[in-house]
Amino acid sequence: MTDRRTPLARARGLGSAKDGLHHWWIQRLTAIALIPLVVWFAISLVMLSGADYPVVRAWIGSPLVMVLLILTVGVGLHHGQLGLQVVWEDYTEGALRVVLIVLTKFLAALFGLGAIVAVLRIGLGG
Amino acid sequence: MSVANRPVHRPLSPHLQIYKPQLTSMLSILHRATGIALAVGALYLAVWVMCAAASPQAYASFQGFNTSILGRFVLGGWLFSAFFHLCNGIRHLFWDAGYGFALKDAYRSGWIVVAVSLIATVLSWIVGLRLI
Repeated sequence: MTDRRTPLARARGLGSAKDGLHHWWIQRLTAIALIPLVVWFAISLVMLSGADYPVVRAWIGSPLVMVLLILTVGVGLHHGQLGLQVVWEDYTEGALRVVLIVLTKFLAALFGLGAIVAVLRIGLGG
Repeated sequence: MSVANRPVHRPLSPHLQIYKPQLTSMLSILHRATGIALAVGALYLAVWVMCAAASPQAYASFQGFNTSILGRFVLGGWLFSAFFHLCNGIRHLFWDAGYGFALKDAYRSGWIVVAVSLIATVLSWIVGLRLI
């Protein structure tokens, strides 16, 4: 394919890192997965209004809820950090941008794993 | 200054001060705003599950915040953000597939998103508050 960039752009060495499509595709894939998950979770959240501690624990610990909850948190946080990365890329630059993106991804991994361990602990005992 | 380092004076995007708001642009920025809110909300959800796993005391203090005015505002706002981002996200997926780009369609789908997300939000608030 012909290089459609201007000679100036080529001279600057700026261009695609060839990673954008993967980011775009995963954002859409997680978005589609989140449609049923968020509907389910929003309804559950409303139905759990006023529920006390044992009820909430029993709900989290049932097998189907464990699976759906882990999916919701995991896929949701992944989708969220992809989105926040674009926000940082739009409004910040330089070292600050890198720091914020790294921090966002680390926080998503930390809270995601924390939530998964918590769900497993409630459901599997211990 | 070398050619490579010379700044390029490209046209700027519309200045916000003189920019006439339209439904399409407002929903666009609201999609980003609710997305940011939901990303923070996902951390909140993670803390909720972790508190439930930790101890009855930890869960009680978390619920204490949830039942406060600020907590109600956060949870109610989470529900609105979720419903809006969900509906408008589906609108975006149709665009990604190549449908609904005509101006008339973009406005129609925009109003549908506004209506559905507001109805779902109000409904969830009413049901949620009744159950407490």
